[in-house]
Amino acid sequence: MSEKMSDKTYRSPDQRLEEKKKSESPMRIVLNGLLYENPAFRLILGMCPLLAVTISAKSSLFMGFAVIFVLTGSEFIVSLLRHIIPDKVRIPAFITIIAGFVTIVQLMISAYLPALNDSLGIYIPLIVVNCVVLARAETFASKKSPLYSVLDGLSMGGGFTLALFMMGSIREILGAGTFFDLNLPLFGSVIEPIMFFALPPGGFFVFGICIVIMHFVVTRIKGSTSGKRNGSHPESEPSEPGCSSCGACSICSESEVK
Amino acid sequence: MAGFLNSIDFRGLMIILFSAILVDNFVLSKFLGICPFLGVSKNLKTAMGMSTAVIVIMLLASAITWPIQHYLLNRLGIGFLQTLVFILVIASLVQIVETIMKKSMPPLYKALGIYLPLITTNCAVLGVTILNITREFTFLNAMTNSLGAGLGFALALFLFSGIRMRIEKSDVPKTLRGLPITLVSASLVAVSFFAFKGLIENIFA
Repeated sequence: MSEKMSDKTYRSPDQRLEEKKKSESPMRIVLNGLLYENPAFRLILGMCPLLAVTISAKSSLFMGFAVIFVLTGSEFIVSLLRHIIPDKVRIPAFITIIAGFVTIVQLMISAYLPALNDSLGIYIPLIVVNCVVLARAETFASKKSPLYSVLDGLSMGGGFTLALFMMGSIREILGAGTFFDLNLPLFGSVIEPIMFFALPPGGFFVFGICIVIMHFVVTRIKGSTSGKRNGSHPESEPSEPGCSSCGACSICSESEVK
Repeated sequence: MAGFLNSIDFRGLMIILFSAILVDNFVLSKFLGICPFLGVSKNLKTAMGMSTAVIVIMLLASAITWPIQHYLLNRLGIGFLQTLVFILVIASLVQIVETIMKKSMPPLYKALGIYLPLITTNCAVLGVTILNITREFTFLNAMTNSLGAGLGFALALFLFSGIRMRIEKSDVPKTLRGLPITLVSASLVAVSFFAFKGLIENIFA
């Protein structure tokens, strides 16, 4: 938190890639996904499901699993096909692969978990346009070996699930006074559940607070280890939303919108 | 013509339109299109450019995907391909619109062109086309819903860009600076939209 929040340096995807090449160990990939580059709280990607399905811990956890499946599966396939797909049509190809996996998830959920289908509803098909998935396919899987890509998919998906679960828990406990549909003893008798957290505005609010907490945690970890490790993680503050954070800038080539 | 006009349920259409704009606002209560909502709301001009492009693409996308679903996918019994087909239709639609605009309407392209590529990954567009199907709208209702969703998006972006311009100038605690304060203020805007909850029942009932 020692640095000024306002002066942001924009790094192009290529530069990001260079930085990533330096940190190439499997352990690093896992830590990146879960913590330093947590897609939700650090890279600020995939906000729509993050805000919409986190009304309860259960639905957010299932959404997380769906994202892990789609992310890992599509990264694996993209990585396998990375020498076959021509560069010019790679984005439509990626989208088609992702949409295939999303359809699998959709069919599975509507077959085996119909109740969940009602609560997640439209947000399952919308995983297709979730920036996390496309951005990882573009920046990671299309350049790395299948094994690393699966690892990246699992850790990025895991980080996203962690974020979903964290927000889902906070919102369910404070908003409804329950946790996984179980009544908590303190609520109801002593404290009234705060409806605000269960409603859409609460989603924005909790998300904002979570980003602050994550930022604090990451800077603390970084601060305690930076003495030993030379050149700690470059990502010291959460990215701005919009183009630069998407990671897929090379696709739209329109970063001047910002 | 008169018979056709009489057959349209205008009251129903108004209800769909206004609930899409105010009550079920896509951005503030359905959380669709959050990325552009936070990304391009920094100033009024880009916000309006983005909203116009979104409205246009939403209407076009609904006008194309609704017949595809009802006359192609349902007929052939391959409704499960909905997600796959819709996203590809939207992606190619955006590309086509961009190409046509560039060639035949250069001034318009200059104003809206830069927003078009971003719209492909805007979940509000895919969201509205899928919602039109799942809510079993007729074609006219679907188009009205899309218009309402687009206008609601524009309204949210318009209001929020004004607020963000004020935040830029204000003294925010260091920890909250940047995105967190933006989200907290978005939350307050969303609260204000709750005032519209009872509106539809009371006006159109």
